[in-house]
Amino acid sequence: MSHTKPLVEDFATDFDHADPQWVNNPYPIWEDLRTRCPVAHTDRYGGAWFPATHELVSRVAKDTENFTSRSVVMSNLRPTDEDLPAPIGIAPPITSDPPFHAIARRLVLPAFSPGVVNALEPQIRALCNSLLDDMGDAAVVNGGTQFAQYIPVGVIQQMLGFPLEDIEMFLQIVIDVLDSIDSTAEDRQATGDKNRAYFEKQIQDHIDNPRDDFTTYLLNAEIAGTKLELDHVIGTILLTLVAGIDTTWSAISSSLWHLAQNPDDLARLVNEPELIDVAVEEFLRFYAPVTMARLVAKDHDFNGCPMKKDDWVLLGFPAANRDPEVFEDADKFIIDRRENRHVAFGLGIHRCAGSNLARLELKVAIQEFIKRYPTFTLENPSEVTFSPGQVRGARNLPIRVK
Amino acid sequence: MKVVINADACTGQGRCFGIAPELFDFDDLGNGVVKGDGTVTPELVEKARLAEANCPEHAISIEE
Ligand code: HEM
Repeated sequence: MSHTKPLVEDFATDFDHADPQWVNNPYPIWEDLRTRCPVAHTDRYGGAWFPATHELVSRVAKDTENFTSRSVVMSNLRPTDEDLPAPIGIAPPITSDPPFHAIARRLVLPAFSPGVVNALEPQIRALCNSLLDDMGDAAVVNGGTQFAQYIPVGVIQQMLGFPLEDIEMFLQIVIDVLDSIDSTAEDRQATGDKNRAYFEKQIQDHIDNPRDDFTTYLLNAEIAGTKLELDHVIGTILLTLVAGIDTTWSAISSSLWHLAQNPDDLARLVNEPELIDVAVEEFLRFYAPVTMARLVAKDHDFNGCPMKKDDWVLLGFPAANRDPEVFEDADKFIIDRRENRHVAFGLGIHRCAGSNLARLELKVAIQEFIKRYPTFTLENPSEVTFSPGQVRGARNLPIRVK
Repeated sequence: MKVVINADACTGQGRCFGIAPELFDFDDLGNGVVKGDGTVTPELVEKARLAEANCPEHAISIEE
């Protein structure tokens, strides 16, 4: 685990996104890197770069020639060409490059279009309220472990048509993939195999009993008249679980963390409910949960940095969102910020396919929480924890609601 | 005044039809499309400008 690694002394030359300082409060680090570098480097993880400005993050995101998405989670496990089911990648479309990417993406987009997603609103509202009901009349509740985490997992479980009783296991899969970046290559491989066996079982159940859900949709989908390969179906299911759950969970819990400490913002949201849409965008900008990764596709010079094939690039959309070149008062949370070109959902061809769903979940979760608890505060600030790794959000979040 | 979407730049971030549903809609893939011929009536000028100013992909422009 991370405490066996040396602590980072200089993030410009030895950055590590699993370092406690980065995990607890990365924003001052990024600000420093923006002025000093702006591309940081580390020899950890076999060599990686971190561009800290909006401009450079955009450049990487849009340059699919020099940067490949073959692997988007930076770890000690660097996939070799043989490891990957080419051209699909492990989890299409997020791990696919052009030209296959467009095909894999086109396949999933209709399932996540605003029309389809907006129809889920009543169901998401009901889910939030049942979680709130479960908290009973406790004076202190956990906004992370009792509320935020169960919203996206409940939505995805229904979308995939997987058993309700497996929800705890989905959460474990997500943690395995995203939070355990310091585990060994062998450990990650073993968990990958275990998860695959589970997905194969669920897929078989859907082949035997087709129904109206995303899994059946994938099994029926065709590319140029041919059904998808099993690897493609499994990869996209895994992606939906991993991309859809702790991302949204993090966005919800960080938003509640903010409101618990900023009574003026909470009061405004309660008294001016019409602010919710702009507020959601500011939560997404300010607490953007998702940092992606790329592998350098070929040796080239990037902004003066000698990038080598198979170096990692950590793609900091959250850092881009704090760049003062693009955002006025970038380090200030402004609940009614009207102009907000944030990039929490990425940029370019991999723009988050689930962004409409994520926005809806975040909006409904905040609305229902503040309706139930119009005033609340952090119970014990020192007990709040943040997730390590590329998806950042409050995890343990004790909140006093009365 | 008219709003225009550069379809090559649009990736379906969804800000335009969220901010100004009177002017923008979405297609089956969730990409933004301009409603009608994109003419902006006076009461929608502010919304048109906000849609332009919030597009992360800089895909929206306003033609005077
Ligand atoms: C607040 C919550 C979320 C955030 C901040 C977020 C963020 C992102 C980002 C930054 C990317 C770009 C990846 C890249 O450039 O490599 C992405 C991709 C993706 N996300 Fe999300 N996401 C969220 C929720 C969701 C949800 C709820 C789903 C689906 C259920 C989802 C599904 C996807 C998929 C399928 C992709 C891959 C798209 C592609 O490669 O073409 N995400 N997400």
